Amino acid sequence: MEFLFKTAYNDDIRFLARTGEKIRVALVMILMLAAPLVLQDYYLAELGLMLVYVIAGIGLMVLTGHTGQVSFGHAAFLGIGAYTHSILLSYGVPFSVSIIITLLLAGLIGMALGRSASKMHGFYLAIATLAFGILIETVFGEWASLTGGHMGLAVPSLKVFGVSLTQVWQQYYLDLLFALIVIWGVSNLFRSPTGRSFLAVRDSELSARCLGVNVEWVKIQSFGVSAAITGLAGALLAHHLTYLAPEVFGVLESLKLMLMIVVGGLGTVLGAIFGAIVVSILPVGLSFLKDILPPSIGQTAGIEPLLFGLIIVLVIVFEPGGLYGRWMKIRFFLETFPYYRKSSFVRQKSYLKTDRMR
Amino acid sequence: MTGIAQGCAYGLIALGFVLIYKATEVVNFAHGEFMMLGAFAVLAFSEALGWGFWPAFVLGCLSIAVVGYLVDAQIMRRIIGESQASIFILTVAFGFIFRALAGMIFGWNTRSLDTPFDGKLAIGNLVEISYDRLSIIVATVIFVAAIYLFFSRTRYGVAMQAASQNQLAAYYMGIPVKRLVSMTWAIGAFIAAAAGALLAPVTQIDTTIGLLGIKALAGAIVGGFGSIPGALLGCILIGVIEPFADYYLPGIKGVSAYVVMLVVLFVRPEGLIVQTYQKKV
Repeated sequence: MEFLFKTAYNDDIRFLARTGEKIRVALVMILMLAAPLVLQDYYLAELGLMLVYVIAGIGLMVLTGHTGQVSFGHAAFLGIGAYTHSILLSYGVPFSVSIIITLLLAGLIGMALGRSASKMHGFYLAIATLAFGILIETVFGEWASLTGGHMGLAVPSLKVFGVSLTQVWQQYYLDLLFALIVIWGVSNLFRSPTGRSFLAVRDSELSARCLGVNVEWVKIQSFGVSAAITGLAGALLAHHLTYLAPEVFGVLESLKLMLMIVVGGLGTVLGAIFGAIVVSILPVGLSFLKDILPPSIGQTAGIEPLLFGLIIVLVIVFEPGGLYGRWMKIRFFLETFPYYRKSSFVRQKSYLKTDRMR
Repeated sequence: MTGIAQGCAYGLIALGFVLIYKATEVVNFAHGEFMMLGAFAVLAFSEALGWGFWPAFVLGCLSIAVVGYLVDAQIMRRIIGESQASIFILTVAFGFIFRALAGMIFGWNTRSLDTPFDGKLAIGNLVEISYDRLSIIVATVIFVAAIYLFFSRTRYGVAMQAASQNQLAAYYMGIPVKRLVSMTWAIGAFIAAAAGALLAPVTQIDTTIGLLGIKALAGAIVGGFGSIPGALLGCILIGVIEPFADYYLPGIKGVSAYVVMLVVLFVRPEGLIVQTYQKKV
C-alpha cells in the first residue's frame, strides 16, 4: 500500500499523484502512439472513431456527470458540429478556422439552450433536451438547401494547414491530438473555481447558492463547455463518416452517448473513456454472443436490442458506479491486498431524493 | 372530435406516467412499451382463447399489470436514490428489452385487432365520430373517475397519497410503502395496456407504437406533470393541435407536439399548472 506524503501545496491539485497512475498513463500513451505501427487500417480507423467518442463522452460527462444536468439530446450538438464543419469546409474555409467557428457556434447554441434550461430541473430538463434533439434532427432533414436534407451531405477531405491527411494513421493522430487536448483541458477545468462550482451545483443547488455560486450562470457555462466539446467531436466524426445524414444524429445516438457515460461511471473523466471503449466493443461482443448462443435464439430478429438493453440493466442494477466504480474496487483490492472486505464499498441506505421540493 | 379522441389516448398513457411519477419520482420511459405489450397481450388472449374481446381485454391488461408490478418489485426498487440519469437510462433500456421481446414473441409485422367498436355515431350533421374513437374518450372518462374515486375514497388510495407526499413519514405510520409503490406501477401499466388495446383499431398493433408514449409525455409536460387534470388537459391540447399543425406546417410533421412542449417549457418551465415548491432550509 502506498501512502501519499504531501510536501508542497501543489500536491493537492496534481493530476497524477501516485506512481502507479503515472506508470499506467505512460503505458497507455505509449500504446496509443505506437498503435499505427501495429494495427491494420481497419482497426486503426475503429480506434480513431473510439477517440472521437471519448471526446463526445467527455462533453456529455461535463454536463451530466459533473454538473448533474441530464441531457438526452446531445447528439444534436454532435450533428451541429459535424454539419457546421462540413459546410464551412465545403465553402473553402481552412480546417483550423472552421474547427474554431464550429466550437464557438456549438458552444453558443449550448449556452442558449442552457439559458432556458437553467430554470428547469430533473426530468423536465431531460424531456426538453430530448425534444431539442428531435427538433434539431428534423431541422437537419428539412433545411435541405444547406444540409442536403435526407439526401445527405458529402464531407470534404481532411486537410490541415494545407497538408492533406488522407492516410488512416494521419487521421488517427489528429483524433488522438484532440482527445488529449480535451482530456487535459477538462481535467484542468475541474481544478479551477469554475469547475469546482460545477460540482457544487451537482451535489446540491441549494448549498451552492448559499455558498455564493451563481447557479444559473454555472449551468449556462456547463452547457456551453459541454456543447463545444461535443461539437468538436462532431466535426471529427464527420471525417470518419465522410457522408452525413440527419438520421445519424437522432435520439438513438443521444442514448448511445448517455449509455456511454452511465456504463463508464458518472462523474469521472476516466468513466467517459471506459464508456467509449465499451460502446466501441459492444457491437463486436454482441455478434460474438449471437454466435455462441444456440441458433434458435441467436438468429432471431431483435436479439441485439434485447442484449443491449439487458447489459444496461445489469450494469445499472449491480454496479451503479459503472465500470469506473468496478475499477476502483479492483484497484483498492490490489493495493490494500489482505484488508479488502466485502463491506468496504457498501453504500449507505438511500431514500427517495425528492425533486418536488427544491 | 378526432383530435380530442387522440388527445384522450395520449391522456390515458400520460395518466400512468403521472401516477408512477407521483409515487416514485421515476419517469418511466418504457411506458409506451407497456401500452404496446398490452395491445399484443390482448391480441394474443383473444386469439388463443377465442372468448371475444372483453375477457381478453381484462386478462391482457391484468397480465401487463403483473409485469409492471414485477418491474418495480424486482428492479426499480433496488436503485432508489441513484442519480436520475441512471434511472432514465434504465427505463429506456427496459423499453428496448420490451420492444425486442414483443418482436421476438409476436413477430415484427403489423397486426390488427378485432374490437366490437365498428361503425360511426352521428349526431345531426355536425358531429360524426367512429365508435372506436368514441370508446377511447369514454374509457378515459371512466378511468379518470375510477382513479379519482380510488385515491380519495379507499384506504389504499389515501395510503398511496401519503406515501407519495413523504415516504419516510408514511413508513413511520405503518404504511407498506414498498408494496404500494409496486401497486402504483401495476395500476399505471394496467391503464397503459388498456390504452393500447383501445387504440389498436386506430393505429394497428406494431412494435413501434410505444413511441406514442413520448408524445404522451410531451402532452403531460405541457399540462404540468405533477397533476392528473393538468396532464390530461395538456394531452388533449396536443391531440387537438397536432392535426392542424401537420396540415399548415408540413415541415414539422410529426414533431409539432415537441415544438408545443418546448415553447411551453421555455415560457413556463414547470408546466401550465405548477407543482413544485421551494424547499425551506
